[in-house]
Amino acid sequence: MWSLANITNSIHEALNNQFSAGWALFFEMLMAGIAVISLFAILGLVLVLMERKVSAWMQIRLGPNRVGPKGMLQSFADTLKLLVKEGLTPGGADKFLFNFAPVLAIIVAMLLMAPIAFAKDFQLWNLNIGVLYVSAISSVSVISILMAGWASNNKYSLMGAMRSGAQIVSYELSAGLAILSVVVLTGSLSLNDIILSQQNGWWIFKGHLPVLIAFVLFMIAVTAETNRAPFDLAEAESELTAGFHTEYSGMKFALFFLAEYVNVFIVCCIGATLFLGGWMPFHIGNWQQFNHIMDYIPSSIWFMGKTFFLIFLIMWFRWTFPRLRIDQLLTLEWKYLLPIGMINLLVVAAMAIGGWHF
Amino acid sequence: MFIKNYFKEVFSAIRSLLKGMRRTGYYFTHHKEIITQQYPDNRDTLNLPDRFKGEVVMPHDEKNEHRCTGCTACELACPNGTIKVITKFEINAEGKKKKAIDKLVYHLELCTMCNLCIVACPSDAIVMAQTFEHSVFNRSQLTKILNNPDSKIMEGIE
Amino acid sequence: MFEEIGTTTDGDLIINVGPQHPATHGVLHLVITLNGETIRKVEPHLGYIHRSIEKMCESLTYRQFIYVTSRMDYLSSHINNHACAMCVEKGLQIEVPERAKVIRILLDELTRIASHELWWGAMAMDLGAFTPFFHAFRERESINDIMEETCGARLTMNFIVPGGLMADIHPNFQKRVKDFIRLYKSKFEEYNEMVTGNVIFRNRMEGVGYLSKADAISFGCTGPTARGSGVSCDVRKWFPYEGYEKIAFDEVIETGGDSLSRYMVRVREMNQSIRIIEQLIDAIPEGEYQAKTKAVLKLPKGEFYSRVETARGEFGVYIVSEGGTTPYRIKFRSPGFSNLSALDQMARGSKLGDLVAMMGTLDLVIPDIDR
Repeated sequence: MWSLANITNSIHEALNNQFSAGWALFFEMLMAGIAVISLFAILGLVLVLMERKVSAWMQIRLGPNRVGPKGMLQSFADTLKLLVKEGLTPGGADKFLFNFAPVLAIIVAMLLMAPIAFAKDFQLWNLNIGVLYVSAISSVSVISILMAGWASNNKYSLMGAMRSGAQIVSYELSAGLAILSVVVLTGSLSLNDIILSQQNGWWIFKGHLPVLIAFVLFMIAVTAETNRAPFDLAEAESELTAGFHTEYSGMKFALFFLAEYVNVFIVCCIGATLFLGGWMPFHIGNWQQFNHIMDYIPSSIWFMGKTFFLIFLIMWFRWTFPRLRIDQLLTLEWKYLLPIGMINLLVVAAMAIGGWHF
Repeated sequence: MFIKNYFKEVFSAIRSLLKGMRRTGYYFTHHKEIITQQYPDNRDTLNLPDRFKGEVVMPHDEKNEHRCTGCTACELACPNGTIKVITKFEINAEGKKKKAIDKLVYHLELCTMCNLCIVACPSDAIVMAQTFEHSVFNRSQLTKILNNPDSKIMEGIE
Repeated sequence: MFEEIGTTTDGDLIINVGPQHPATHGVLHLVITLNGETIRKVEPHLGYIHRSIEKMCESLTYRQFIYVTSRMDYLSSHINNHACAMCVEKGLQIEVPERAKVIRILLDELTRIASHELWWGAMAMDLGAFTPFFHAFRERESINDIMEETCGARLTMNFIVPGGLMADIHPNFQKRVKDFIRLYKSKFEEYNEMVTGNVIFRNRMEGVGYLSKADAISFGCTGPTARGSGVSCDVRKWFPYEGYEKIAFDEVIETGGDSLSRYMVRVREMNQSIRIIEQLIDAIPEGEYQAKTKAVLKLPKGEFYSRVETARGEFGVYIVSEGGTTPYRIKFRSPGFSNLSALDQMARGSKLGDLVAMMGTLDLVIPDIDR
């Protein structure tokens, strides 16, 4: 059967036949880098268009429909516009930090790509502590936001950055607890092992109610962590104009924009991996016929389908809910999500010990 | 009790959020509700009501005759000095001197479409047209002369 | 960097919100003293869109000055025109025909609904929910279409002249208003689902921006802002004009005094407006739409005042006449100005995000405040 794993394996063999092992590794890394950057570009284009279409339809509008067939090329036009715009650095800004912040945001997003399994046996780095790695690296993204806010020499930016700092640091906790509940059930921190453990059913179905609650907590927490509405206090358009990227323009702004969308994509990838079985096809118990048909759908399509479903869910939140206030945001985390998450983790631990799951 | 209220609160909150999501989800899937008008494309089907106040015009009949007597009622009624009536004296067939308009200058750039000139006109010489695409590249094009060149006043309008 | 500029001696941060800011819906300039996220002081700075309309009116005749008032509170332009026409009629002692009165009220209430619709959408947008804005515009658009058909314009109608109306209603008017009422009623539940009932929205509004009844009175607040604090101040009830005394409707009063009360007053007021329209739409009396007036209007020497209830509160027109064709002095009492003055009182001690919500519930239209 056609699969991405075969392609990578054949490339690997071809390179190893041609060059020494060191050069082969170098070329493979180079190709992986190029692949990730092009994935970024494609994701930026697709997700921006998707967001615009989703918002338009929810708002009983048509959305972009002028550039290209059905507006497909709208995000190309947007990118072109951002590329030719002047990237202004404000007078009193800390030039180095100001210019470095968007790059850092992108670097963080890139690093997060490493342990994600996009299809069966198709993974940049099969890390045995993948879950830990992801939660560790994603915490770094707050630094780029704080950096941007501080370096802009703008009070709106500073306030946005400070809000974002408080927000991301607190929501890391519930995201971590939600992730832990799956780790407890699987007994492994490796994303690959977690996916393999869902061979005969995804955790969201296998794990009864506690995992479902963990999934809901995870979705709320990652929405907050990626600064998406209703938790977009770092940008809070009607309060802080544009929050931490008020002073950014042109390509530097575009990098922040891209980083936001890529972060959404990554957290949805992780959500799909942990709760929805990653690239595992949908199987129902002993229905061999049905399971066989499901197996025919390539694993990469399964993975992308799940990821984009979660992305749609996050977009749906954004275009429905009003924004929370900063104190309510922290109340939600510390008084609701965190206690629920902790109790939930206890229940999940009891479940794992007792083996009360399928 | 506290625990019960706590969970009640959480569930009612989630229910209210789901209600909103159901509504946006409905619109996401029902594209017939879309109300966007694709303006420059729908020019042919665009249906403006006949009372729409777009621009002051002076209708002429096929003999190039209008109904304006040059009484300057519109000029007086206008709050912004949009209309300027320039009159001249014509010698009619009986050899009598008669007042008539030379030019009725209309400054579209000053006009607020308040309709007061139309109401003031005693002989219905000017009306509102339903045009609304007024943008031009040169401001002087907005100053218009409403009467056609060599036009005459209709018979019987005093 | 931050030590030298933009801080007070206490170390509080001073932020300029506006004149170009997405939350101010115009060119309002607020100088906010912030301690962290908490507001210490709000100082509104006005004058960015001052067009000296009152002075301008002194050189316009009594027929001409009415159209200028559409440019003040452009969301309830028809009601402003109504107040001016009523003041001139009072001076000239013109008896307006019944038909004109009823149509004036109908258009007033339609304008009020349109204004509240826009406010509702903008309010939700201030709180970060973008979708309701477009949904509100769907209903507002159908009102604008009715206005366009009858008055010839969508926003600045100028349909009222001293003595009545400029023209009779369009033959389609009644049918289209009924269509609108049907549309409105079918969509009203959506407002509750998307905004009013939403838990985030409730938490953002409840107990925020408290304005006591005494403060509301002493700041001179009118309209929904004061009625949200429990002050009964509906001009339509207290000083009925044009036959409002014959119509059954309730003055909407909420006693909470917080943002949610002000919000609820406006939402419930839309339903009351619908109630008024439903009573009148089939009961438009036959007759003239305009009383006979002289070609040149000259108000007798003296002072004249008339007031109406616009979507934002009490709008008053004060004319001093020396007996000529133009007013000697005109003063407009605009509701937004007094309502804005209460903002500082409301906002002190609350969070920056709440300030935006409070400004939303005040329903500010900046050209109305600045004139």
